Amino acid sequence: MYDLMIIGGGPAGLAASVYAARKQLNTLLISIDIGGQVNKTLGVENYMGYQFIEGPELIDKFQTQVSQFPIDQKIGYKVSRLEKLDDGFEAISEAGDRYQAKAVIYAAGKSPRKLNVPGEAELTGRGVTYCAICDGPVFSGQRVAVVGGGNSALEAALDMVKIAEHVDLVSLTPLTGDAILIDKLSAAKNLSIFTEYQTEKIEGQGFVSGMLIRDLKSSEGKRLELTGVFIEIGLTPNSEAVSGLVELNKWGEVPISCSCETGIPGLYAAGDVTDVPEKQIVVAAGEGAKATLQAHRYLQRLAT
Amino acid sequence: MADKKVVIYSTPTCPYCKRAKDYLSRKGIPFVDRNVAVDRDAAKEMIQKSGQMGVPVITIDNEIMVGFNQALLDKLLSP
Repeated sequence: MYDLMIIGGGPAGLAASVYAARKQLNTLLISIDIGGQVNKTLGVENYMGYQFIEGPELIDKFQTQVSQFPIDQKIGYKVSRLEKLDDGFEAISEAGDRYQAKAVIYAAGKSPRKLNVPGEAELTGRGVTYCAICDGPVFSGQRVAVVGGGNSALEAALDMVKIAEHVDLVSLTPLTGDAILIDKLSAAKNLSIFTEYQTEKIEGQGFVSGMLIRDLKSSEGKRLELTGVFIEIGLTPNSEAVSGLVELNKWGEVPISCSCETGIPGLYAAGDVTDVPEKQIVVAAGEGAKATLQAHRYLQRLAT
Repeated sequence: MADKKVVIYSTPTCPYCKRAKDYLSRKGIPFVDRNVAVDRDAAKEMIQKSGQMGVPVITIDNEIMVGFNQALLDKLLSP
């Protein structure tokens, strides 16, 4: 049994790992990936020590720093459930592997929110994408839709009008992004905006060929012919694995005390999966450090 | 033993692609970078080989990896 298991490999989990290694805790870091949302961040200008650094480069530096310590790493493993044992916790991975530790830091971050409409899951990667900055250029010269009305949707639409033949921007609500982005978009000639439209279905055999939307006011349906759907409707906390242990808040986040405690002795949480309102790399890293220091105190108490 | 032939299909704006390329470079593994944002043939080839449209796609000899998974990449690169 490990002393400490850190679930999540973003800034919170990686900072927690460095602190755990320096406290010489027998530690397992388990994560679906390294870097989390920072992988999708082109430039970072507000992390201390760097006036500007690309997201991937910052992650590489974090990873290098963690890897110099002798902590076990299981990367590419998604924890689907965390359970309480008499003397600690057990994490069960999607593949069914089981890992035990006396204390746990849950730092699984956030993932892109899904529309949950028919066709979405089957066509993900086949025209449906959640990373506009990654996959956008693959769709140059094609007709695409951007679903969402916030800043990330508007930015995706702005990028795509430059390279796509046509862009349909579909939002359930009036556009909520910054006025400056809406202004810039109004200049685009190859853009249609559908606000207060519900996305009902994504169609396609093998690859996306169309999307069904419905006007919320008139209830009239419409089919858009297109080959790409960029879903930019925000983020959702990856908290399912602990939903049986802690009571999540209404956004699905893990509520914590100012010392990263979840209310269950030995279980701490840090970073964007928690109810800490500031979703920032520097904040997540700080929370990860705090969580390990608390977990260390807990483990010391257990030992005496 | 001959080195494995590594090709990465990428876009210039994709952070995961950059991480994958940086990782290969750091390991001293030569690779061909095909920019699917400008090279339509490469884009078609990528879609045909991987059956999907997301980047990066990395081919290691005849093996195909969609996305950047460092552990899997290490496994596919090992002799």
